[in-house]
This record gives sequence, C-alpha cells and structure tokens, in this order.
Amino acid sequence: MKNQKQREFQMSVEIKNLTFEAVSQAVAEILKISETTLPKDTADAIGRAASKESDPAAKSQLEMILKNIEIAGKRGVPICQDTGIFIFFIEIGRSLRLDFDLEGAIRNGCADATEKIPLRPNVVDPLTRLNTKNNLGNGLPEINYSFVSGKNLKITVAPKGAGSENMSALKMFTPTEIPKIKEFIVKTVLDAGGKPCPPVILGIGIGGSFNQSAKLSKEALLEELRDPDVKTGPNAYEDFEKEILNAVNDLGIGCMGLGGDTTALSVRIKKASCHTASLPVAVNIQCWANRHAAAEYNGGGN
Amino acid sequence: MSETHYLKTPLSKADIMKITAGDIVYISGTIYTARDEAHLRILEYDDENKPLPFDLTGAAVYHCGPVMKRENGEWKAVASGPTTSDRMTKMTPEVLKNHDIRVLIGKGGMEGLAETMALRNCIYLSYTGGCAALAVDMIQSVGGAAWEDLGMPEAVWELQVENFGPLITGIDTKGNDLFKAVKEKSRESFQKQFE
Repeated sequence: MKNQKQREFQMSVEIKNLTFEAVSQAVAEILKISETTLPKDTADAIGRAASKESDPAAKSQLEMILKNIEIAGKRGVPICQDTGIFIFFIEIGRSLRLDFDLEGAIRNGCADATEKIPLRPNVVDPLTRLNTKNNLGNGLPEINYSFVSGKNLKITVAPKGAGSENMSALKMFTPTEIPKIKEFIVKTVLDAGGKPCPPVILGIGIGGSFNQSAKLSKEALLEELRDPDVKTGPNAYEDFEKEILNAVNDLGIGCMGLGGDTTALSVRIKKASCHTASLPVAVNIQCWANRHAAAEYNGGGN
Repeated sequence: MSETHYLKTPLSKADIMKITAGDIVYISGTIYTARDEAHLRILEYDDENKPLPFDLTGAAVYHCGPVMKRENGEWKAVASGPTTSDRMTKMTPEVLKNHDIRVLIGKGGMEGLAETMALRNCIYLSYTGGCAALAVDMIQSVGGAAWEDLGMPEAVWELQVENFGPLITGIDTKGNDLFKAVKEKSRESFQKQFE
C-alpha cells in the first residue's frame, strides 16, 4: 500500500497477487483514487489557467474548482457528483497466465466501490431508464483490452461524466477535406458552450475506422497534458494540437461558459491509419475533472 | 459593478426582480433538486391535475443529481454539484407556467430562455460545475426524497441550505442572458477564424 502523497502523484496502485479478489480490490481502490483526486498534470493545468486568467469572474470560478479538488482529496469524497460511467483500458502481457474471470473481478470491484465510497448509481436501461443501482449493466462498465509484451497486467480506469460526453462528436470526412478538420473541432467546442464544464480537455482521434476514431479520441484523454507554453520538440501533431488549442481558447467561452481566457486546458491527438477513401475524426470532450487512475501487476521478466 | 444578494426561501417576485445578470447570489432555506425525469413527472402530474408531493411556490429548483448516503436512518449529501441545465430547457417554460418557481440553479446556461424567465419572473443562477465537495458544506440537512423510484440522481431531494453560493446570475428577469452574450462573442470569433 503506497502512501497518499505518492498516490496523488502516481495515481496508481500495485496488484500483489493475480487473483479474483486482489483484482477486484485494486479496481475498487483505483476507482476511489480517480473519483477523489485529480492527476497532477490536470490539477497543475487548472492552477496555471487560474493564475493567468484576466477575467475576474472566471478566475474566481477556477479558484473554486481548485478549492473543491483540495477538499475532495482531503475528505476522500467524489470531486464531482457525476461519478460517471466507468471506462476501463486493460493491457495484458502476452506471457501472462490468467486463470480466473478478469471481467467478473472488474465488475465486482465497480459494484463494491459504488456502495462503499459511495458513488452515484448512473447506469440505466437506454429506453426504460430503469437504474441498475450498482453501476453495472449490459456492456457497462466498458472494458477495452489490448495485448502488450511481457507478463504484466495494467488496469486503467477513466470515470466519464455525461456533461462532457454528451457534447462529443464524430465526423466522417473525405480525404480532400483535411483543411476542414480544425474547423469541425472548434465548432464542436463552440456548440458545446458552457455545457461540458469548461475548461475542457479535448481528445482527438484521427483515422482508423468509424469506431476506432472514437476509441482513439478517448485514449488520447489518457495522455499526459501538455503545458502549452512548453514545447517538447518539432512534431507536426504537437503543432496541430497547439493550433487547435489556440483557436478554441480564442472563442472566449471560458470557465463554465461565463467568458474567460481558458476554454480548453489541453488538446491531445491520437491517430491510426485509415482507408484511402475515408478520414474519420472524433472529438471526445472531457470536463476539467479529468479523472483516471491505474493498477498494475508486475509479473516480472520484462 | 456586480452586486451581491442574500436570498431566503420562499422567494417573492420582489426578491428576484432587483437582481441583474452578473450579480452574485447566496440562497438560504429549502431548495429542491430536479432534473430530466423529475421535470417529465412534474408535467405528467400537472396534466392529470395531481398535486405534487412538494411545494414549488416561491421555490428554488436545483438542477442536480446528488450522491447521497443513508446514515443512522437519515440521508446525507456526499456530493452535490450542478448538472447541465440545458437538458431541461425544453420542459422549463411549461413547468414555470404551472408553478411559481422563482429561482433555477444549474450550470452551463439555458439557451433561448431569457424571454420565458422575464415573463414568469424567474432567474437562472450558475453554480461552478463539478464543485460537488464544496456544495456539500452548504447543505445543512436533507429533508428526504420524493419519487425515489426514479433512482438516486433523478429523484427530487429536499435540501436545507445555508448561504448556498456563490451563484452567478446567468439570466435575470429583465431579458439579460450572460451565457448568450458570451456565445455571441464566441460565434464572432469562430466566424472570424473560419468564414
């Protein structure tokens, strides 16, 4: 068990044994961490936005957000009452042997965390709207699997609230419309206005298939946020991220849509190859509560 | 320069008509949470002329789906920030026509509602989205829930609050809409950049 200070920085826990119980417990633990503390890169980005904000109303809103983050962390209560639906990204080492129901362990951890933290039961039937009361449902939590080399298991959770998710968009461009991509992204933020709880983070997925681009946009939100004032190197995608960020912040939507300098804290792009005739672009909007945490099992032999 | 107002429920027309968009407001007294499903059900009850299980006369309605827990037989708020108000925009004119609600609290604004708010003598107040832990400190007690069958987020919770705020007045009764003004500027920026 790591101490609180380390946790806040690393936002990760260690899975000691590869058993149903240990994985379930680790899942409940990373849900608690992600719901009650923000990753350092995000808290820092909000801090930078607050310190350079020229609009006094926006500045006071950003300061309230910082105070809220502090209180939530201190008391171990959710940062936001929309504790989201749970999106999992699982990396499985190819040489790892799993002889228990991994998905069952994850679901068990979700139900446990919902009851004990507690979290808001958000999962309902899409048409009858009947609430399952434990945050489990058909296809939820969402679990994405990928294989990596080695013997490790990594479980990342990103709870996602509806305010920002509802404002996300996907467009199938034609190959000659590359110059239109930026406009589409900025228009998505313009239409969203104050609704997704700005300052937002934009996850952009470019390429792949229809659904791949959406998945890429969500994965992009797990990337470390860039400080727009620090350039890490010559990179066409980094330049494009910055160009989009500047265009979005020029809109002046500001914190909560009440006007201000910072509408977005960061833009991250992930790409995949695509069909020669298509160009999918997905924009996944993330509110300032950019929550995620990870648990890892080290199987050795990497 | 914006003014600061301290309001207490039940609210009168006079209480809110002096407030201008941009003003800071703190509310004490009773506020009721209501979001999508509760709005639908209020309108269903109204259609059938059935009395509501709570009194919306002079009320403050909070667009919020809280996290609640039961401790020693009593409900306690764990996290209670605002939800996106615009989802309730379409149902709000009818709800305000049927009930003398004086204050709506939420986040993100309500598009195209300024005229209705002026007509019905109601103001819209914005609370910082996501600030759920801070909001809990201003809740003295939870009176209970109506329509619990709708689920925890969608039920109507009665909250006793003390100086709930700071709330920024987004829409006043004089036709001003802070969010609309920001949106117009944003649209100008967009047009300059892309058209």
